[in-house]
Amino acid sequence: MRPNPQSVIVNGLLVVAAGLALFPLLWMVSVSFMTPGESNVFPPPLLPRHFTLGNFAELFRRQGMARFFLNSLGLATAATLLALTFNVMAGYAFAKLAFVGRERLFQVLLAALVIPGQVAMMPLFLMLKTMGLVNSYIGVLIPSVAGVFGIFLVRQYAQSIPSEMLEAARVDGAGEWRIFTAIVLPVLRPILVTLATFTFLATWNDFMWPLIVLTDNSLYTLPVALASLSREHVQDNELMMAGSVVTILPVLALFIALQRYYIRGLLAGSVKG
Amino acid sequence: MTARALGTSTAGWLFVAPAVSVIGVFFAVPVFLALALSFTDFDIYALASLKNLRFVGLGNYLLLLRTPLFWRALGNTLYFVIVGVPLSVGASLGAALLLNAKAARWKPVFRTAMFAPVVTSLVAVAVIWRYLLHAKYGLINYALSGIGVRPIDWLGDPHWAMPAIILFAVWKNFGYNMVILLAGLQTIPEDLYEAARIDGASTFQQLRHVTMPSLGPVILLVTILTMAGYFQLFAEPYVMTQGGPLQSTVSVLYFMYEQGFKFWNLGVASAVAFMLFLLMFAITMAQLLLSRRQGVA
Repeated sequence: MRPNPQSVIVNGLLVVAAGLALFPLLWMVSVSFMTPGESNVFPPPLLPRHFTLGNFAELFRRQGMARFFLNSLGLATAATLLALTFNVMAGYAFAKLAFVGRERLFQVLLAALVIPGQVAMMPLFLMLKTMGLVNSYIGVLIPSVAGVFGIFLVRQYAQSIPSEMLEAARVDGAGEWRIFTAIVLPVLRPILVTLATFTFLATWNDFMWPLIVLTDNSLYTLPVALASLSREHVQDNELMMAGSVVTILPVLALFIALQRYYIRGLLAGSVKG
Repeated sequence: MTARALGTSTAGWLFVAPAVSVIGVFFAVPVFLALALSFTDFDIYALASLKNLRFVGLGNYLLLLRTPLFWRALGNTLYFVIVGVPLSVGASLGAALLLNAKAARWKPVFRTAMFAPVVTSLVAVAVIWRYLLHAKYGLINYALSGIGVRPIDWLGDPHWAMPAIILFAVWKNFGYNMVILLAGLQTIPEDLYEAARIDGASTFQQLRHVTMPSLGPVILLVTILTMAGYFQLFAEPYVMTQGGPLQSTVSVLYFMYEQGFKFWNLGVASAVAFMLFLLMFAITMAQLLLSRRQGVA
């Protein structure tokens, strides 16, 4: 079968677009293995002449990268667990438990989505300062503990749980908490994975809030540390690329493993209905 | 109300209470406090002692309207939004149409590749792009020299810094809307294309008269979402240009950050945040009204 011209054009353009999307990331990986100064020449080299892990060694031994990595990992994990607990309970209740004022409360929450988070940043900083939580892990975590988007996501999904199933359990004398843990949570498992992936990636990548709250170098997350390193080490391409690899690769791997769930959440959050 | 209904009502409140209290205390309260703060002269002295805090009414807002750098930041942000959003949505639409084409192969592979920049950390990829855009050793200038373009000092020239940041933002974000638009394309019934073909419509005519009208609401949605995101430009100038050269990449949020957390003018910074919010809100509403009048949504 001969390829028709349309197929050649479409697939050719796709190869170009995918190549452009991936090129900066592949180049990052390549430069991270170059010896210091190797990439500062013209024309810029594409592959390392002498493969070295020296940049990574420098980052972890001298620049405290292990600490930043663990900070990011710990904070993203904690944010994920907290967000799961808070948002899943609320999302389920908004979908399935008839309580007084439910619709109105949900509308208020949805309306709050139009307010950009930065509006709250200045007072939140002052509030945390009075509580002594500036420059602490808890301070970083607070805005990601519960979110309207997460509640909305879980609510959408929980609406498909048949009410008869819950009612039958109530007739059998099961309490609401038991119904939630034994019946609802297993049904919600796919959306839990979606919400977990979303929260983890968002917390890992978050920049502005940790930048504001954290002043102590030893508490820095990877993006904050990388931004600060990149101001100090403007000339050290190879070192900075290694830092970018350490920051990007874990979340990229996580995304590739859980793609299906992530894309589902993205669509549920934007296409209404 | 029966005992059981009363039971679920109480349970309902108990289930939403933790999340709603957190959102109330750490989001709703700060938003109202921000409004109050924006009417005060909260600065580094007030940070030391609240006795130094004074009510200034609309003073901060009026001060901002007389501050050239605020106007500059507003102008730069609007530049980023007005040029960046159509380019982003256009790139997303192009990629989605390609992925949706019957002739396209290995769709999941291409989709993942084009989506990859979306999940990367903004700071890390901004660092990469700073080197790609390097005037002397950057690959972008090297590639351009192949077609005879003289080296451009992307991040060092006030005329090129914002275009460079826009290029970077399009690369970083187009995959996100691509996925949403692709889902929209897949809901267009095949019958419509069938009917168009029977009427003798070319591929381009099908695109114009079948695809685009059906996709209208989705395009509107991604445009509004992207605009909201682009108004919040911050990390790109922070990492790539520090607002320079010659303040050509100071965005509203960058200005707010410097006012609030570098100079500790938290009153002024709150006023900046509210002005940005009002602007975003007004533009979104105008867009919704306009498209409703044209019958898109």
